[in-house]
Amino acid sequence: MAQAIKQTEEKLDRKEWMSLLAKAPADRLAELWAAADSAPEHVFLRAPEQGAVMVRGRTGATGAPFNLGEMTVTRCTARLSDGTVGHGYVQGRDKTKAVTAALIDALMQTDQAHVIHDAILMPLRENAEAAAQAKAAKAAATKVEFFTLVRGED
Amino acid sequence: MYVAVKGGERAIDNAHALLAEKRRGDTAIAELSIAQIREQLSLAVNRVMAEGSLYDPDLAALAIKQAQGDLIEAIFLIRAYRTTLPRFGASEPMDTGKMACTRRVSATFKDAPGGQVLGPTFDYTHRLLDFKLMAEGDVAEAETGTPRREPTPHITEFLNAEGLIQQEAPSDETPGDLTREPLELPAARPLRLQSLTRGDEGFILGMAYSTQRGYARNHAFVGELRIGSVPVEMDIPELGFSIEIGEIEVSECETVNQFKGSKSEPPQFTRGYGLIFGQSERKAISMALVDRALRWKELGEDDMGAPAQDEEFVLYHADNIQATGFLEHIKLPHYVDFQAELELVRKMRAEAQTGLQEAAE
Repeated sequence: MAQAIKQTEEKLDRKEWMSLLAKAPADRLAELWAAADSAPEHVFLRAPEQGAVMVRGRTGATGAPFNLGEMTVTRCTARLSDGTVGHGYVQGRDKTKAVTAALIDALMQTDQAHVIHDAILMPLRENAEAAAQAKAAKAAATKVEFFTLVRGED
Repeated sequence: MYVAVKGGERAIDNAHALLAEKRRGDTAIAELSIAQIREQLSLAVNRVMAEGSLYDPDLAALAIKQAQGDLIEAIFLIRAYRTTLPRFGASEPMDTGKMACTRRVSATFKDAPGGQVLGPTFDYTHRLLDFKLMAEGDVAEAETGTPRREPTPHITEFLNAEGLIQQEAPSDETPGDLTREPLELPAARPLRLQSLTRGDEGFILGMAYSTQRGYARNHAFVGELRIGSVPVEMDIPELGFSIEIGEIEVSECETVNQFKGSKSEPPQFTRGYGLIFGQSERKAISMALVDRALRWKELGEDDMGAPAQDEEFVLYHADNIQATGFLEHIKLPHYVDFQAELELVRKMRAEAQTGLQEAAE
């Protein structure tokens, strides 16, 4: 119960949930989506489409932008029967993932938002945080702890 | 005379079939999966993504499988594939200061905030073949430490604070894109960096090494080398705000080079910059050295006539797909061209022999 209260207190905004969906592992998202069993009726305003985005860096990390190379992205736009429009922009070439992201984005704008939020978005965020944490912890173990050898007398 | 030559069709079909068989190798040995290549040959995958100019580990792994491990052929496949993708737009310039670092070292500051994090490195290994890998075996889980929560600051910021290093002029100018317009010279630094980051690792390494050996000598310190994942953010027009569309792993190197100063600039350190898709630190360091060498004009340094200072030489020969395309085309039929050469040499020989006979008489 304490968990549930905590979850409803910190609601994700649209930018956060779309970012979370874009980066989510496709199989985990599919699993949570199937378990939530809330796929709505919809039509595509933009059928799932694979494409590329040019990723930019900056000269010297802080200077003028330059083109580093492209990454694959799949996008989709769906409209629910009540007229709500959802967009999915996800990393990679998985069309199913883009459709799921668009439907979740749409549902998050309806009265089902809290259900989707707790059943899908919160677990995704916890997974992402745990994965990042595990990676950081392994890197941290390779941090050099310098010590000085005292040489000579005194 | 034009002679139509046909008859290669069957030979070509059979050559493709033979290639497929050769690619598969001994069928008594289990076939490689894309996931195995992606997970266990990740540095090859990284190179194909960097030089193929497309971040997609599964596609790079597929290309490696299809190319039988010939990485330049795999890069060719990725370059060809990426031209078929519609481009949705360009990302916001990545903020590498936000990188979740798995490796971060500095050769200039021992006690930099964030510390020296070695990560999964070949450094300090003895480069002795590990015969244990010939047998299948479980790998022990890596040790864990207390993870760092806050972002790791860039080392150059510390030198910046003292004014000892040349500042990067902030700008939001749209950079040129050599995949859209032919590369014209002189190229601005953003275009040079795009060319270097997708350039051939061996070529960029060789160019960088030449600067260390004395051609346009510019003693470089690795101010910082970091590898880790960075979110990629893009403005979504239909939303009117930006979202993170993904997260990619990159290697970044900032070199610090001594600079005596010029008429307008006091003595200070200057910078070279390398940024590469994936874990690829050799390439990142090489890129930073070559970037620095190519900056001689804007820093008011002398042209030493070194290859690494010659942007036409560097940028026009860095691309291994352009290079291999032109190089390998000479093995394709040149029967008519060569027949003309043959006729010419025969004629010259005949003339030369007549001349000799006449002189003897």
